[in-house]
Amino acid sequence: MTQISVRVDGASYSDDVEPRTLLVHYLREQLGKVGTVVGCDTSNCGACTVHLDGEAVKSCTVFAVQADGSEVTTIEGIASNGTLHPMQKAFHEMHGLQCGFCTPGMIMASIDLVNDNPDPTEDEVREGIEGNLCRCTGYQNIVRAVQQAAAEMSGRSSDTLGVRS
Amino acid sequence: MTVVEEPTTADAPQKEIGKARRRKEDARLITGRTTWTDNMVLPGMLHIAVVRSPVAHAKITEVDVSAAQQAPNVIAVFTGQDFKEEQGSIPCAWPVTPDMVNPGHPSVAVDEVNHVGEAVAVIVARSKTAAQDAVELVDVDYDLLPPVLDMEQAVAQDAHLCHDHIESNESFNFVFDAGDAGTGANTDQAFADADVVVSRRFVQQRLIPAFMEPRSVVVQPQGDNYTLWSSTQVPHILRLMLAMVTGTPEHKLRVIAPDVGGGFGGKLQVTPEEVITLLVARRLGKPVKWTETRSESLMSAHHGRDQIQYIDIAADREGNIKGLRCRILADMGAYLRLVSPGVPILGAFMYVGIYKFPAYRFECRGIFTNKVPTDAYRGAGRPEATFAVERIMDELAVELGMDPLELRRKNWINAEEFPFTTAAGLEYDSGDYEAATQQALQLLGYDELREEQRQRRESNDPVQLGIGFSTFTEMCGLAPSRVLGSLSYGAGGWENASIRMLPTGKVEVVTGSTPHGQGHETAWSQLVADQLGVPFEDVEVLHGDTSISPRGLDTYGSRSLVVGGAAVMKAAEKVVAKARRVAAHLLEASEDDLEFAGGSFSVRGTPGTGVSIQEIALATFAAHNWPDGMEPSIDAEATFDPVNFSYPHGTHICAMEVDTETGLVKIRKYASVDDVGVIVNPLIVEGQVHGGLAQGIAQALYEEAVYDADGNLTTGTFVDYLVPSAADLPHFDTGNTVHAAPGNPIGAKGVGEAGCIASTPAVVNAALDAVRHLGVSDILMPLTPERVWRAIHQGGDGGDRATAGTIAWGGASTETTTGVSTDESSLGGDR
Repeated sequence: MTQISVRVDGASYSDDVEPRTLLVHYLREQLGKVGTVVGCDTSNCGACTVHLDGEAVKSCTVFAVQADGSEVTTIEGIASNGTLHPMQKAFHEMHGLQCGFCTPGMIMASIDLVNDNPDPTEDEVREGIEGNLCRCTGYQNIVRAVQQAAAEMSGRSSDTLGVRS
Repeated sequence: MTVVEEPTTADAPQKEIGKARRRKEDARLITGRTTWTDNMVLPGMLHIAVVRSPVAHAKITEVDVSAAQQAPNVIAVFTGQDFKEEQGSIPCAWPVTPDMVNPGHPSVAVDEVNHVGEAVAVIVARSKTAAQDAVELVDVDYDLLPPVLDMEQAVAQDAHLCHDHIESNESFNFVFDAGDAGTGANTDQAFADADVVVSRRFVQQRLIPAFMEPRSVVVQPQGDNYTLWSSTQVPHILRLMLAMVTGTPEHKLRVIAPDVGGGFGGKLQVTPEEVITLLVARRLGKPVKWTETRSESLMSAHHGRDQIQYIDIAADREGNIKGLRCRILADMGAYLRLVSPGVPILGAFMYVGIYKFPAYRFECRGIFTNKVPTDAYRGAGRPEATFAVERIMDELAVELGMDPLELRRKNWINAEEFPFTTAAGLEYDSGDYEAATQQALQLLGYDELREEQRQRRESNDPVQLGIGFSTFTEMCGLAPSRVLGSLSYGAGGWENASIRMLPTGKVEVVTGSTPHGQGHETAWSQLVADQLGVPFEDVEVLHGDTSISPRGLDTYGSRSLVVGGAAVMKAAEKVVAKARRVAAHLLEASEDDLEFAGGSFSVRGTPGTGVSIQEIALATFAAHNWPDGMEPSIDAEATFDPVNFSYPHGTHICAMEVDTETGLVKIRKYASVDDVGVIVNPLIVEGQVHGGLAQGIAQALYEEAVYDADGNLTTGTFVDYLVPSAADLPHFDTGNTVHAAPGNPIGAKGVGEAGCIASTPAVVNAALDAVRHLGVSDILMPLTPERVWRAIHQGGDGGDRATAGTIAWGGASTETTTGVSTDESSLGGDR
């Protein structure tokens, strides 16, 4: 067992973990952060995406011990004071989810994408989220959602939505 | 009782039906406040890991669990021997012929294994990791048997047997002959008299539903009662079947499908793992959880498609179609699961598509192989049928030198001919194929793309362009119970709903149709808001728990809105009828003098008087001032059983770029116009079409479950099984025409499977249209760059590669047998 200290969604945790424990299993099983889910075992699907010190990571490819001393943000920590994050709002507005299983990871990956590229084209969104699989939506509404959220996050008018391609 | 002002027309609430309501479901899904089955934690819960067979076909000679039993934190280890008296057989609810052979399907293999991934032992431990660690410690001795992997070899004489206790590898031979059924002319005669016969062998490769949420089961025993949570599409069917299989009395078993992360038919099942988890909980008296890994899911959850289709079409030289003959080999895999045999039979009635074939004959043989069983996957039989007819129409057009759309137009059912009974005996309800096609051509920008295609041909551009059509229909709204009965299905096709009016005027709607991403909570709220005149926000939809929603037949076959939504409408009608009687009492008027609008009853011609249905709900709760002889309740329940299927249709057109130097195909543009009847929520409908398109295109371009020569699934992870990403799919241009379905009170036809059924042949037809002038007449799916390149540069269908001979399509290359239809050619004799 190894002791780690980690801040998750603004709260501090100190725990003993097996060295082999993946970050996603630590989040789900030890912290009860079940908003983050596991969709595969080969790091292809991205359902487990969280932010580690502000950058999107697939939490199935990170050991919990690697997060020691770090700040983790999950889907459960991005709304503030009951106000949805613009990316959450946009997924809802644009119908960017159906079963919703990929959604936490998709939203976390998309926020990171927009942080890097505040005004992505349709192709840039598609390339930017290709590490996250969705089986329900065919992605079109996810792309629209990311572009809408990008506009809101950078304070641009959403009138220009959909014209960049 | 307050009397409210009767709302003026201007203030009347806008109709909910047709409104692009944002989904109620989203709130919990976008914030991570969900209840996936795997999230469940119960005190003292134990965890299951399943030991699975690494070989495709073998006798089990010994299972040594002693080391596993002694591993730290392992509570128990069970084998097939331990469970054989109580595990029964995984049920097959669809004996498609009276003499169908069912070899039986143990949840845990007892003395033989029949596919890689079959359960052979079960570890129960205090933690998931402890259970998984102990899997390695179970020592199983296998006496290997030759695996049966190729359907065409499996039906040959002297083939190895998949199950040595049955006589052959054939489970059933189902025949539908329109001549015999009286729905069409004699097929043999039609072919004998025809000017032109085109025969093709098409391969529907094996696919994996690949829902994003891995399956998970939790069972909590409480005395002699069991609560089972499962990531299932079918909690009601599961409860009944688990009771029958395990002997746990039905009334002692409660099944809950909490949030379910996609299904696509893949969770329309009674799985070995559900049986195992229940049996372990029953044995140990402790709560137990099983959650699969993705690799387990791909190798043990049922697969879909996997058919070989030998299709013959007959026509005259002018392009009037005369007959269609379909012989199908359908791979059941190693066992029959819930509706394995029924899947190809659902297709049996759709091969004629939208066309007026005078003669039609369908034969399907269900074949056992040493692979995971096949069963429902989005479309279930209808994508295969649609592919066959839409591909063979293109082949016939080529043979006749006709435009493929012109050939279709010449033979499809015209708008004024509805209702139309096809040679398959189905009565198509409504539609206008020409209108949908015209709209799709405009969406695509057809003329410009045809012109570009011509230019690329002329300039010998390395990137060629093709345009492919799919003018399709499907049967949805599963299903009229009597029709299911005539097809020997083991259950009905009705759906149930009830409406509970709460004292505060809020409304609980209980539906038997269990969603897993479709948005029932939103759409059903829209239905009820309109019917009862209550605010959308005041409606709560309850589902997916056999204690809360005791009667239902769940979600599959594009049935939810068409059948389940119709039940909701019927229940709402009954609520209004009961409330009317109360209103008459309260308003001291005759029921006949009342009108109901905007949620209020008022006396006709007496503005200012009125009582709302939400006020009546409170009056009902109090029951102080109540009509004589009436029970104090306005709640209602309804069960809806359709008399016919509904028939969505549409025209899908794909424009495809094919790089002749690399074999890479790229969808340039995709336009689809679907007629799904009346649209309750356009946002949800569009989303369903998008998702269906993605899966249908994925069959054409990316996905295939591949087994090697030993029967190992070589596409057992998402590294190898190519579920497309956003970068792999195009933008879709979608549209609708609306012809109401006459068979249900909503007028909806169903939308869940449309995109998946229609798109695959459009994509393949487009790719072939791009390279046909280079001598290519078929390319096996999925259209990988290698296959496309080989088809262009080496001839044949590009299917020959390292795994040839081990999967359904073997190494066969389809050659044209136009004009000749012998038994041999129509059975794929060109091999």
